[in-house]
Amino acid sequence: MTPNGVTAETVTRPAEPTEEVGQWAGQSVPRVEDRRLVQGQGEFTDDVWMHRQGYAHFVRSPLAHAKITSLDVSRALALDGVFTVLTGEEAREMCSLPFFQIAPEPAGKIEEWPLAVDKVRYHGDAVAVVLAETREIARDAAGLVEVDYEPLPAIVDTVRSADPDAPVLHEQVGSNVAWKGTYDWGDIDWALQNADNVVKIDRLHFHRFSSTPLECNAAVVHWDPGTDTVNVRSNNQMPMFASMVIGPTLGVASNRLIFASQDIGGAFGVKIGSYPQIAALALLSRKAGRPAKWTEYRTDHMLSAGQGNERVFLDTEVAVLKDGSILGFKTRAFDDAGAYLHYEPLGAVIWSQVCCGCYKLKHIRVDYTETLTNKCPTIPNRGYSRLQHLWFLERMIDIVARELGFDPVELRKRNYVQPGDYPYETPNGCVYDSGDLPRSLDMALDLIGAERWRERQRALGTGSGKRIGIGIGSTLDSGTNNFGQARIINPQLPFSGNGEAAYVKLDLYGEINVNLGTTPQGQSHETTAAQVVADVLGVKPRDVHVTAGFNQQQNTYVAFSGTYASQFAVTGLGAVKGAAERLREEIIELGAYALEAQPEEIELRDGACTVRDDPERMIPLIGIANIVYSNNAVLTPEMRDRLSLNARYVYTPPFHVPDPEAKTGNLTLTYASQIHACVVELDEESGEVEILDYAAVDDCGTRIHPQIVEGQVHGATALGIGAALYEAFEYDEQGQLQQASFYDYHAITSLDAPDIKVADIESPSPFTLNGAKGMGEGGGAPLHAICSAIQDALGPDDAVVSESHNTSERVWRLVHSGERGDPRGVTVSTRDSSE
Amino acid sequence: MVEADQTHAIEVTINGERQAATVPARQLLVHFIRDTLGLKGTHIGCDTGSCGACSVIIDGKLVKSCMLLAPQADGAEIETVEGLSDGGELSPLQRAFNEQHGLQCGYCTPGVLMAATFLLRRNANPTEAEIRRAIRGNICRCTGYVNMVRSIEAAARATAGSIDAAARASAVIDHKEEEAQ
Repeated sequence: MTPNGVTAETVTRPAEPTEEVGQWAGQSVPRVEDRRLVQGQGEFTDDVWMHRQGYAHFVRSPLAHAKITSLDVSRALALDGVFTVLTGEEAREMCSLPFFQIAPEPAGKIEEWPLAVDKVRYHGDAVAVVLAETREIARDAAGLVEVDYEPLPAIVDTVRSADPDAPVLHEQVGSNVAWKGTYDWGDIDWALQNADNVVKIDRLHFHRFSSTPLECNAAVVHWDPGTDTVNVRSNNQMPMFASMVIGPTLGVASNRLIFASQDIGGAFGVKIGSYPQIAALALLSRKAGRPAKWTEYRTDHMLSAGQGNERVFLDTEVAVLKDGSILGFKTRAFDDAGAYLHYEPLGAVIWSQVCCGCYKLKHIRVDYTETLTNKCPTIPNRGYSRLQHLWFLERMIDIVARELGFDPVELRKRNYVQPGDYPYETPNGCVYDSGDLPRSLDMALDLIGAERWRERQRALGTGSGKRIGIGIGSTLDSGTNNFGQARIINPQLPFSGNGEAAYVKLDLYGEINVNLGTTPQGQSHETTAAQVVADVLGVKPRDVHVTAGFNQQQNTYVAFSGTYASQFAVTGLGAVKGAAERLREEIIELGAYALEAQPEEIELRDGACTVRDDPERMIPLIGIANIVYSNNAVLTPEMRDRLSLNARYVYTPPFHVPDPEAKTGNLTLTYASQIHACVVELDEESGEVEILDYAAVDDCGTRIHPQIVEGQVHGATALGIGAALYEAFEYDEQGQLQQASFYDYHAITSLDAPDIKVADIESPSPFTLNGAKGMGEGGGAPLHAICSAIQDALGPDDAVVSESHNTSERVWRLVHSGERGDPRGVTVSTRDSSE
Repeated sequence: MVEADQTHAIEVTINGERQAATVPARQLLVHFIRDTLGLKGTHIGCDTGSCGACSVIIDGKLVKSCMLLAPQADGAEIETVEGLSDGGELSPLQRAFNEQHGLQCGYCTPGVLMAATFLLRRNANPTEAEIRRAIRGNICRCTGYVNMVRSIEAAARATAGSIDAAARASAVIDHKEEEAQ
């Protein structure tokens, strides 16, 4: 028994691996990647060294918004050991086009170049880049580049930035609105008129933070005149997107722009955003005639690598019936994209994958505005765009429960999508594949021993100086995007569907080799791909070699390739399975030919083709390989022509193009769920929050490797707890970043993080080849659960928890808000039943 | 004032091997280990002594190697992650990290392994709280620390062998109860 009376059986413990061939998927086999990583033999980008390389260092703006009046590089160039300096103006002259913009006009008119030209738009904006013999000289020389700025007023508030009189970042756009549109499904006006109660919430604010991968962005870029290629060794996690954006800018064809990576030290979405720097490094290398090696210092990373989206929800109204059924809501959302649109404004639609969250809400209107501000550009960060919305929905549920006197557990269960409802179509045409949310919630509450804590909460009373709160976070982790949703933002975009590629071959002596289009950063693709191939080809995972890392000239890929957005188990392993099955067909055909049997009689197991019922007749894989690679005269001409033992497969999900007018469509293939529950204790005097217990119940369909799934749940949970209590990027009125190192940005530590209890349900997805759902992002459940628990600990006259980031100071203010008479930020209007 | 191009001749013993080099006065020890000696298992995550990815053991003490200059290590005995395994044979600690899924991307791992090595040398039978304190200077963004703690517990069990598992489990539970009170 655990301290809270939960039996150990409900807590996931990865099953012991067995040696039975054919059922490797589902087992927690030892990770293949670990052997090199625990011995310091990984190859991360900064570990790569090239002959004649120089070290690059960017010159960054100390101001958030300013005109560049002069830029003088002469003192930097005069320093011994400096190879060259590239300025923004020079970079623009070397480029064919500015970076491609996803946004429609007018924001589509934004001109972004590899380095800032004429003006800077955020604290940390790069205006030049130095190449020198050592990293120390490069950094010294960057300090010698003299830039004169004429300061302009900065705008850091997303709501105010949309005002017509706000200072404008990009003059050609005419305003700071990056995208604006209304999402309107069902009939929210009817719902609000017919509801028994309407709960109004003035303002909810989801703050900026980032997963700050421990390995900073890095690249070694070589514009190689010898082969007329640009070789990019980097830790960018979505290289095809990077290639498609910077190729036209650099005027380099995609077959000459070669991305490669091996080990990547965490990414979490943030490393989608390194393409502007990679473009600048390519030009720097071209100018210097040398490879340019670059690794961010942590402060570079904090200032400019990309931060998660900040969002404000204003004037929310929720329509609720007497029995607690919630009909729907309306709100005005403002999303802060920062100074340039990197991957944005896709965030303005991606939230709608989970528009109603875990709930059967039918009537929804969201007036959505994404704005530009003088802050670091945002970039997808674990749970991208959905966690902000899911947090909003969970705050909404808790506030409704509190204001109208419902039990938060019962209110959730009443409004959850029920197990019998799947496949469940949401008001915007998304289809939830499977799940059991009420049971997941019960399991999470059991794990923390919620009943016992309720009793203790009641017994604690006033005067102890402590308060206990129980919180819930209900989330969906939507995975495998339909990129057609980009057309809801910009109908002109020629994108739809999704896919991933894999390549499986039998090598010269019958060895099996796999390569992938993905760029893993800890998600164990080598291990899980080997499991899937082992099952299809009747071998053990250790007999399958999966190429570590990605190289555009060797690996197979599609434009969607990369590692992002909770999808590998579906798209990546779907591709691996397809390719392995194609190879299996060839092996069996060759085996049958060699053994003079029918293909239906051949069994492929233990590394050989065997005739069923006649095990004496067998040919091992080395024999099959021999026929094709070095003995092909024994084959018929037709077989020689057709069989290669090299199989490629592209997995594509069954998507249609969404409707940009109605803003509807099936936007994601799978919906994993995570239901979290936690107990916190607030100290009334200091406002400090201590987590007393924490549990997560995960349902990501059929699991390929339970231990890896559990590890992803742990990681997403800790990052969410860090964001809820410690981690924030804040800018002052002048646009100065306040947390530009790990001194000020308190990344969660082993002392802050609680032990996390994890349990699971497996509701196989009917829409995927293997029943799996993508997972890993986690939906930000800890932010929801901790805010919910803090709310639960507050008194009835206290304000509502309206911020996602709750430092001890903020919590102290909340605890004392009732006695101070602070505005509560919420009102209820009840329909007169006599009407 | 120290000139930027001033150099020092130093000699260190690293993972049992003697190495002599002339280094710039301003070179950080971590850059000396990575760039000059070519031992790239020691990583850099912050350059402010906050993240612990560059942790090594110097003369028996756990040190963040971005917080020392290379000349300060003159005469020192340095241990890095490359010295943990014996001819490719994983140490019990490394094996435990593999078995318990104590790492994901692997970037913080070398520093964590050095911190855990330092802990287990001084305390063969640490409690969960002691383990968490011992790795508090190592930031990990992947694992939430849960399986790291389990890995170090498992390594302690594997090496000590003599620990009564039941007594340990109850000690952990007592500690949690204590925290919950």
